[in-house]
Amino acid sequence: MFFVIFLSTRGVFSGGSTLLGYIGIDTIIEQMRKKTMKTGFDFNIMVVGPSGLGKSTLVNTLFKSQVSRKSAGWARDEKIPKTVEIKSVSHVIEEGGVKMKLTIVDTPGFGDQINNDNCWEPISKYINEQFEKFLKEEVNITRKKRIPDTRVHCCLYFIPPTGHCLRQLDVEFMRRLSHSVNIIPVIAKSDTMTIEERQEFKQRVRKELENNGIEFYPQKEFDDDMEDKSDNDKIRETMPFAVVGSDKEHQVNGKRVLGRKTAWGIIEVENPNHCEFAQLRDFLIRSHLQDLKEVTHNIHYETYRAKRLNDNGGLHPISSNDTQESNL
Amino acid sequence: MTSNIRYKSRIPVKTEDSMEEKQYVGFATLPNQVHRKSVKKGFDFTLMVAGESGMGKSTLVNSLFLTDLYKDRKLLNAEERINQTVEIIKHTVDIEEKGVKLKLTIVDTPGFGDAVNNNECWKPITDYIDQQFEQYFRDESGLNRKNIQDNRVHCCLYFIPPFGHGLRPVDVEFMKALHEKVNIIPLIAKADCLTPNEIKKLKDRVREEIDKFGIKVYQFPECDSDEDEEFKQLDKELKECTPFAVIGSNTVVEARGQRVRGRLYPWGIVEVENQSHCDFVKLRNMLIRSHMHDLKDVTCDVHYENYRAQCIQEMTSKLAQDNRMESPIPILPLSTPDVDTEKLIKMKDEELKRMQEMLNKMQQQMHDKDQ
Repeated sequence: MFFVIFLSTRGVFSGGSTLLGYIGIDTIIEQMRKKTMKTGFDFNIMVVGPSGLGKSTLVNTLFKSQVSRKSAGWARDEKIPKTVEIKSVSHVIEEGGVKMKLTIVDTPGFGDQINNDNCWEPISKYINEQFEKFLKEEVNITRKKRIPDTRVHCCLYFIPPTGHCLRQLDVEFMRRLSHSVNIIPVIAKSDTMTIEERQEFKQRVRKELENNGIEFYPQKEFDDDMEDKSDNDKIRETMPFAVVGSDKEHQVNGKRVLGRKTAWGIIEVENPNHCEFAQLRDFLIRSHLQDLKEVTHNIHYETYRAKRLNDNGGLHPISSNDTQESNL
Repeated sequence: MTSNIRYKSRIPVKTEDSMEEKQYVGFATLPNQVHRKSVKKGFDFTLMVAGESGMGKSTLVNSLFLTDLYKDRKLLNAEERINQTVEIIKHTVDIEEKGVKLKLTIVDTPGFGDAVNNNECWKPITDYIDQQFEQYFRDESGLNRKNIQDNRVHCCLYFIPPFGHGLRPVDVEFMKALHEKVNIIPLIAKADCLTPNEIKKLKDRVREEIDKFGIKVYQFPECDSDEDEEFKQLDKELKECTPFAVIGSNTVVEARGQRVRGRLYPWGIVEVENQSHCDFVKLRNMLIRSHMHDLKDVTCDVHYENYRAQCIQEMTSKLAQDNRMESPIPILPLSTPDVDTEKLIKMKDEELKRMQEMLNKMQQQMHDKDQ
């Protein structure tokens, strides 16, 4: 029976010589598409970096809407909090019939203090709490049809464009969190650097990440096949992306483009000769969005789940007040 | 000033009026004499640069003084920096221009603000400044004052990152720890990543916060009322422009048909010496061409005097305290800052104290025996 089906689909593909008739298995893709369009996607992205690096602007530019926390209530002059806070904002955006519930998790206060020891702990705790929430739902006897997914699918880490190398804080953060969440390092405000400076800086950063054993997304070990590997290799060679964000439009050559206007020229955000924003956007949204979610679910979440189950020796979920959190 | 004040603006002119010539004394040439002497002696100037790594400090210093002080520098990576503390590194260079010699010392502070925990990272810097004051104080109080070396820091350029929304906690703490020891000139570093609007907002914000936290940055002296209007206008513009938003560059690029110091981007060329691009020219003019001497004066007259007064007060109060404790050996302020000899002297003092006590005990015993 299986053999017959195999033959018939081959028959259909090779120019319509219908050996046994068209079955229509390929329509399953269309069915899936319709279903996902109806149910919509969840996507949770976290932004981490010291204040003033353009995190909110970049997120707004990425999703071409005012989705960041700062836009929802003009808090431009807010003070730097004394400890790292976790603030999330959700929006439902729609494009081409596809609905996405986008949640931006902001981390004000990270890296802003004089003493930044352990400033990554609130972030690590938040990520684990989201895993715990999902685990509890999964382990329930009566489960919801669709478990609400608040797990962090992607963490954009903003590296300040010093032009020298990574700071100690950067290494510490990424080393501790690269096993719980997909980290995508980006070089913020990269219009500070000339093209040569940018290339040198990126090389140094990549080398330092390698020396410290930090695997950023897309991680080499999770490449599925050769095609994935070659695509991802190309991306890994260009990372970290040097980005510039802007939510203002200017006139350039008769077109209206997003950019920054200075006394010596206009920096076009979507111009690949100026910065790598377009690459980041394509990578994050147009090609790897689903993969980010899958890696989070299949790998990071499973790691957390396995550790939790091993620690407790059973399936009974423990209340979230229990401070015996596994230190991932 | 005596009644000779009417000769202040007199130029020595050979007139036939012999009576006026007799009244002319001639000390109007004093400024020229001072000028000649100082040109012969040469000037010295110590400039400190402070700020996090990667703010463009070395590039700016090279641009300001048209030298390359940091040729052999090796940049450490993040791992190598883990246990590094803030260091103080001095570079000295002799510059000569039109017969005037300047011995320029740049004090660099690598490691400042780079660690995860930056508590009191300014302490090595304040210690260094105090040490220079102390050394000058001892030299001044010493016997041979001919060749006093003035290593006091005349000015500290503090680099504020342009990425934030104003001053960060570490910026505020640093400036508050140093504003009474050295002339602080805050700068906005790497200003080419900001649009003109953003620069204005950041400057306003920084000025506001400097006022709010009571930080005493270097103030330009008021213009004399008899200066011409142009000078006054320039001075006013200068004051309104602080903190200066600067850009530095070690490379020469071709812009508008000329070779200028600048940075080449795909979207345009930033010229360091173009006043509409950044405040580099204003900073250079202020630092070197108009206010270098005033910076030295303020350091000598205000910061050093503060230190000296504080030091003397501490010494006299310590002396009074020691007298009250009735120590048999009075501890005098030493004239040499040699740490080893001080330790030795302390040891000997304690030894003497112990011997004195033993002597007293023995005397007491003998006294009891006699009885």
